[in-house]
Amino acid sequence: MKIRRAFRVWQRNFTVYTKLYKSSIALNFVEPVLYLAALGLGLGAFVREINGVPYIKFIAPGIIASSSMFAAIYECTYGTYVRMTYQKTFDAILATPVNLDDLIAGELMWGATKSLMYGTIIIAVISFFGLVDSPMVILAIPVLFVTGLIFSQISVIFTAVIPGIDSFNYFYTLFMTPMFLFSGIFFPLDNLPRIISNIAFFTPLYHLVNICRSLSSGQFTVIIWDIFWILAVAAILSPYPFKLMRRRIVK
Amino acid sequence: MEIVVAKRLSKYFNSLKAVDNVNFEIVKGECFGFLGPNGAGKTTVMRMIYCFTPPSSGTVNVFGMDVRKEPSRIKSRLGVMPQEDNLDPDLSVFENLVVYARYFDIGKKNSAPFARELLDFVGIKEKADVYIKELSGGMKRRLILARSLINNPELLILDEPTTGLDPHSRRTVWEKLNSLRKKNTTLILTTHYMEEAERLCDRVAIMDSGQIVAIDSPSRLMEIHGGNLEDVYLKLTGRSLKVNF
Repeated sequence: MKIRRAFRVWQRNFTVYTKLYKSSIALNFVEPVLYLAALGLGLGAFVREINGVPYIKFIAPGIIASSSMFAAIYECTYGTYVRMTYQKTFDAILATPVNLDDLIAGELMWGATKSLMYGTIIIAVISFFGLVDSPMVILAIPVLFVTGLIFSQISVIFTAVIPGIDSFNYFYTLFMTPMFLFSGIFFPLDNLPRIISNIAFFTPLYHLVNICRSLSSGQFTVIIWDIFWILAVAAILSPYPFKLMRRRIVK
Repeated sequence: MEIVVAKRLSKYFNSLKAVDNVNFEIVKGECFGFLGPNGAGKTTVMRMIYCFTPPSSGTVNVFGMDVRKEPSRIKSRLGVMPQEDNLDPDLSVFENLVVYARYFDIGKKNSAPFARELLDFVGIKEKADVYIKELSGGMKRRLILARSLINNPELLILDEPTTGLDPHSRRTVWEKLNSLRKKNTTLILTTHYMEEAERLCDRVAIMDSGQIVAIDSPSRLMEIHGGNLEDVYLKLTGRSLKVNF
């Protein structure tokens, strides 16, 4: 794998993105703001506080995490699949000096980049509305890239093994949505049956939510373990997108 | 000088022998055609040459390099016109060329003027800023041809370059390929059009069920076996090309 050639693939996706960004930014940006407004203000009127924090302020850092997760997952499931099959963009690229490993690395890097971009936008928005207590939240930005990479790796792995585009529904319904709901974004997991927080511990989103929330409130030391977790998982997953894509594409 | 050398080359897909122990050499500057019906193994041979499909056994060397070991270096020197349309629908005609050039590490400063030149060469200059979906089938093929030339390839691989084209577009593509031959570009093409093979190819390999049953110039084949190229095919394989269309 050559970084320069992977960058060419990243660059292709970036070029296309800059042409379409107006519509896609708006959509990806409207949804998290809707969550914040509906739940933060609507539900917040009843819940008031969680652990002494106003409800909207409690969920705001979680929205950084979920928004960045959705960006990477949609990019590396639906987006990657369409480029691979319908548009045959992969075939076109593989006839150039770019090899399959470069191509997959470029797709993963792009997914991680989108995660970083969308999470950063939410950081800006919630900071603007005064929902963040500490400038330490800035430190979440590099973390978003690593967790974005993990979401991209998982998505590419799934994309490599599914028989058709409809199968993504399984991924969204059985993996993404439960993770979104039970990662501590909307309520602390402490009061739920133990099994739920045990399962949550094995999902990247749970750790990202912890990190975003801690940094937003100015605590750093408590997230060391979460940081270690995401770095380890990114490393453990790293060979599989390449292996499985190779198995799918090289015939 | 040999540009492509294949020795005892085979490709199996599970139990199917798509390419079965073929040998051939393609020399610099010639136009070499693989001729045969659908499913004869032509595309698979091409894909092994441009490092897309790894051989099951045997070897292919391109520019003296093994396709298994130096795919990037080989691919940087060749151009590919695939059978299907894999143009980038998210980009305009012009951007398709410039973005493609980037994969070869050719920056916009060099690729932009050359892209305009190529669009002019294939006769779709006025379409530079439209999107792919607005192009006719013939224009798409010509754009794919232009794209395959963006890195100034020494070897051009064309998989059924004119299949599905109207006579006018077909003639345009032939003209362009002929002018490339004059510039000493080596061409490898697959076709199941006899006229295309006779007009363009210095030598043809007739393929049937994964094997090469004859390699020679079209005129020699016709001289030895009698009749036109289609008669030669019929004689060599015991069946007509036409029934496979």
